[in-house]
Amino acid sequence: MSELQASDLALFWAGVIALAIMVYVILDGFDLGVGILFGTTTDEAKRVSMMNTIAPFWDGNETWLVIVGAGLFATFPTVYAVFLSAFYIPVLLLLFGLIFRGVAFEFRYRSQRLRWLWDGGFFIGSIVVAFVQGAAVGAMMRGIRVVDGQYAGGSFDWLHPFAVLTGIGLVFGYALLGAGWIVLKSDGALRDWAYARIGWLLVIVFAIIAAAFATVLSVDTGAVAQGHLAGRAWGWVFPLLGVVALLGAAWAARARRDAWPLACTALFFVSAFLTLGVMFWPYMVPYAITVANAAAPEASLQFLFYGGVVVLPVIAIYTIGVYWVFRGKVSGGYG
Amino acid sequence: MELDPVILSRIQFAFVISFHIIFPAFTIGLAAWLATIEGARLFTGNALYRRVFDFWIKVFAVSFGMGVVTGIVMAFQFGTNWSVLAAKTGSIQGPLLGYEAFTAFMLEATFFGVMLLGRERVSPRFYFFACCMVSLGTMFSSFWILANNSWMQVPLGHEIVDGKIVPADWMQIVLGPVQMVRWPHMLLAAFLTSAMCVAATGAWYTLRGVHRDEGRVMLHWGLGLVAVLIPVQLFFGHLTGLYVLKHQPAKFAAIEARWKNEQPASEVLIAWPDEANERNLFAITVPKLGSMIASGNWTSAEVGLESFPKEDRPPVVIPFFAFRIMVGMGLLMLAVSWFGNFLRWRGQLETQRWFLWCTYLSFPTGFVAVLTGWYTAEVGRQPWVVYGLLRTRDAVTPSLTTGDVAFSLAGYVLVYAVVYSFGLYYIYSLLRDGPGPDATPVAVRGATGSRPLAFAGHADTATGRAGRQQP
Repeated sequence: MSELQASDLALFWAGVIALAIMVYVILDGFDLGVGILFGTTTDEAKRVSMMNTIAPFWDGNETWLVIVGAGLFATFPTVYAVFLSAFYIPVLLLLFGLIFRGVAFEFRYRSQRLRWLWDGGFFIGSIVVAFVQGAAVGAMMRGIRVVDGQYAGGSFDWLHPFAVLTGIGLVFGYALLGAGWIVLKSDGALRDWAYARIGWLLVIVFAIIAAAFATVLSVDTGAVAQGHLAGRAWGWVFPLLGVVALLGAAWAARARRDAWPLACTALFFVSAFLTLGVMFWPYMVPYAITVANAAAPEASLQFLFYGGVVVLPVIAIYTIGVYWVFRGKVSGGYG
Repeated sequence: MELDPVILSRIQFAFVISFHIIFPAFTIGLAAWLATIEGARLFTGNALYRRVFDFWIKVFAVSFGMGVVTGIVMAFQFGTNWSVLAAKTGSIQGPLLGYEAFTAFMLEATFFGVMLLGRERVSPRFYFFACCMVSLGTMFSSFWILANNSWMQVPLGHEIVDGKIVPADWMQIVLGPVQMVRWPHMLLAAFLTSAMCVAATGAWYTLRGVHRDEGRVMLHWGLGLVAVLIPVQLFFGHLTGLYVLKHQPAKFAAIEARWKNEQPASEVLIAWPDEANERNLFAITVPKLGSMIASGNWTSAEVGLESFPKEDRPPVVIPFFAFRIMVGMGLLMLAVSWFGNFLRWRGQLETQRWFLWCTYLSFPTGFVAVLTGWYTAEVGRQPWVVYGLLRTRDAVTPSLTTGDVAFSLAGYVLVYAVVYSFGLYYIYSLLRDGPGPDATPVAVRGATGSRPLAFAGHADTATGRAGRQQP
């Protein structure tokens, strides 16, 4: 099947979706990370400041996830169908996590007695969202069973030890992004608190990457060897870049350069994403459905293209605009 | 009824979409109401309208936020539970729903932000323009949803290639004749829903003797709008019935609980349809009226369910009752609004307490009509998910187990129960407290077009009525 050539429009939409995933991972990654760190302190002042650093941004960040979902349905319906069937339970948990996180921002201030519920929802919701995303990536690296264009595995195939490891890895990875964000957007006690956590988080992230690597090499070779990294030697430049980026984050935390831990961690996520891209290409659902197989007919890609070229730049400009308006440190709080 | 992934997925879809639809229906109407009242303020300069506007925009913001939260769930339902539908029809349904998402994002990113935060930063005319654009945007959003659903009701402009249903003519898919009837029907339903809520809120304040001036504006405008719109809605409802008769005769027969072919056909006003024995119990029928309603004469032959193979018949009880409840709500709105305007003409609208109670208690009529109308349309479409092309039971995700869907359905019920009771209580508190004393300029940092709930919270604090301090 895979000898089909993907059309220009199919490549365009695959590119848009890949870009939207990457933007989503970095943007929602830092605010999920702040949610994860939120639960590790009971100091109300810190909690309020932490929430304030992400209050104007989190909802816009999630917009990119909806673009991924709607975009896949419209332009690669087979992938949408297989992916959401294969990850039925994780997607459910993701939605619950996002709902509880979303309403916590507004509801925690309207309720004294139930504040524990919304705070708990915010913390646990953030962890759950991060974990299922990481687990999905791990499960994809092992491949997804597809027969006749439909998912053919069980409900819990994704819950493999390797995927659990990548899930935990992403929880700590997002926490690292979150700590970088807090450092960038705060000062005083909160910034010191976040700086102190970056070192520990870096150690844990390194350890998990090493463990995942060891698992791949020793226990789980069959599954991941299907990936193309072995046959594309130039692709190793991305994991190397990732390691350099993490070392950069360690340096930046030590030198207390406020903007750099976040920038380096974001670079790490970009390199991890590109590494996966090298492993998976040309598959969209590894290792069963390619970009060319999955693309909707040209008539559909064309029809949505007109809307996309208008709307996507507006969303990008709006995103940049919001970050510009709320630039700088949060001291008084955005409220 | 055996519980399998198909029936549980149907219940789950019905559950999540029922809780979703009431918010968009409400916000489409409220956006139009806000644009209207802002226009009235702009052209009369009356500060009272400004107070009414500043109050309803908070309710609008919260409803919009709840609609977004529940809407994200909808974006994933097609893939999680109906993956065969998604894979087979995705190249048609996907772009239609994609355009809906684009429309919603455009709104959030542009004029909605101006509407929430730009009152003091743009000229009054531009502010009014932004309100109109938001209203137009919500209508466009509903356009794409209705285009998608109308295509599922009466598929047009498609062809079948390698077992997949793919687009052949987008003009027919997007602007088909069925869509041109059903979209206005839904829009009017949304306007009526919100207008009834506005009128009921006005009646509530008048009964309590608070916010008298604002309450009067709400009562008069709300009842006036309903009185004008309801006949138009009845007309579009009639047109919708005609498309059903033409394209989905089995659904029409189910709505009428007409088991046998009849000439001339009688009309079952009320009965208990006994599906097992294909007859009606306790029926009250009017001879010949069925022919008149369907075909406009007293003698025509009308098709009964016996004309269709059993596997192609929809359920009868739900469409039959849902349709009658919907029509009943419409007639109730007609009665309340016309009698209300009669009282207004006599100058007694604010003094007849029994009538104010009636108006107050009819706040849910629009919501009930919207939900039952959708149940009629969707249950009546069964056993097809895409009428005549794909059966519902063939559309479900093949890998799903009963346990999976039972778990997810229980989860949705639990999560929605928690989030909804809080969200609805929030809206109730806003409505109960009512408009503020004057139009305080509201400076809200942290709220953006994509974060409307924050706006309502801050507007509360700014006017000093929240009683709970924001940190």
